[in-house]
Amino acid sequence: MFPVEFDYVAPASLQEAVALLREHGGDAKILAGGHSLIPTMKLRLAQFPLLVDIGRIPGLDRIERHGDHLHIGALVTQRQVETSALIGDLCPLMAETAGQVGDVQVRNRGTVGGTLAHGDPAADMPAALLALDGSVQVVGPNGERTIPASALFVDMMTTALEPDEVLTSATVPVLGPRTGSAYEKFANAASGYAIAGVAAVIGLDAGGLCTVARIAITGASSKATRATAVEVALLGKRLDDPTVAAAAVHAAEGLSLIGDIHADEAYRAGLARVLARRAVLKAAARAATRA
Amino acid sequence: MERQIALRVNGVPHEHAVAPRMLLVHYLRDVLGLTGTHSGCETSQCGTCTVVLNGAAVKACTVLAAQADGATVLTVEGLAQAGNLHPLQRAFWEEHGLQCGFCTPGMLMSAYQLLNENPDPSPEQIRHAIHGNICRCTGYKNIVVAITAAAREMGKGAASVSR
Repeated sequence: MFPVEFDYVAPASLQEAVALLREHGGDAKILAGGHSLIPTMKLRLAQFPLLVDIGRIPGLDRIERHGDHLHIGALVTQRQVETSALIGDLCPLMAETAGQVGDVQVRNRGTVGGTLAHGDPAADMPAALLALDGSVQVVGPNGERTIPASALFVDMMTTALEPDEVLTSATVPVLGPRTGSAYEKFANAASGYAIAGVAAVIGLDAGGLCTVARIAITGASSKATRATAVEVALLGKRLDDPTVAAAAVHAAEGLSLIGDIHADEAYRAGLARVLARRAVLKAAARAATRA
Repeated sequence: MERQIALRVNGVPHEHAVAPRMLLVHYLRDVLGLTGTHSGCETSQCGTCTVVLNGAAVKACTVLAAQADGATVLTVEGLAQAGNLHPLQRAFWEEHGLQCGFCTPGMLMSAYQLLNENPDPSPEQIRHAIHGNICRCTGYKNIVVAITAAAREMGKGAASVSR
């Protein structure tokens, strides 16, 4: 099994990459780790006359702290996110989520930029980025711009990136005090993709009442989505199990649910509710231990 | 259309012109004749095509040969040194860590990366590390036993060297 023939170029700079995208329009596609793109092309679900491999462009593989944010370069692999001490300490949701992507070999190649730019509705990282209220930086012919997570995921396999833009990094906030996070996933046993996955960030005040609730669901619908009805039902409350359970009932509200051979719409809605409850309880328990 | 690549495989430098769509697993098997790396599911799930690329275990069915330009690759053929099996290979043999053997090259390469990073893994850590390698004989129990035995053997070797 191999892709339709294509041409391949490995530019040495972002400017060169953007120029190639501009020159070739929709015929060119960015290749990073290739762990979404190559399988898609091998299955002949997509074909592109030109692959622009950004894997050799220096500077895109850095993990850096700037103030109360972490910048994670587009070429940082899922495995690096999983094992980075900096990310584990300052933004553990990213590490926890990356550690549940595929398997070790897939995480060794798959990149943060690749999964976020691809917009697979069953990918894990979009849920984390949404729950963290993070953003991505992109470069195009008109320079740089920032796309907030809330505007990035447009539809199945569709993101807000223009065809001539390259995603260069993701930015996520450093976890604050009395804040906890968690990612809960029900994975397809063969592919490892999320049949449903829920990322939660929960903040508590000194009295233990919920002041921050950001819940994002992936896998269940055509794109990763914030569960705002759950969030509203948590804010201002003490997050005991009955309260969280009652809030999590709203997890599938407003989702355009996916049904397929692995799980029908009702099953995915049920998973979303169960996983939302677990993720919120776990995040809240963690928040309580972080004075 | 073809692209010139140069890489080291099991310590040996190679240079070839390859089609951009050629996958690393096909380059290793069909161009270099290193058929120890197997091609199984071809959908990056089964792990039998696992090789170590620049120190990291990867599925060679999901890497373009062009992406490996300039890389260092270790395949199962590179494990044995001077006719002596690698401790992992010996342990798979002695502990009955294989039945049909189809998954074995990938299992060995995943285990190789694990022991490089963690010389004394727990059974749970071993299972985590071979999550991306499927054995359809379901011989996982003895595979875990074999990797544990290899770790012990390699630990002994390291200890005697440091003395």
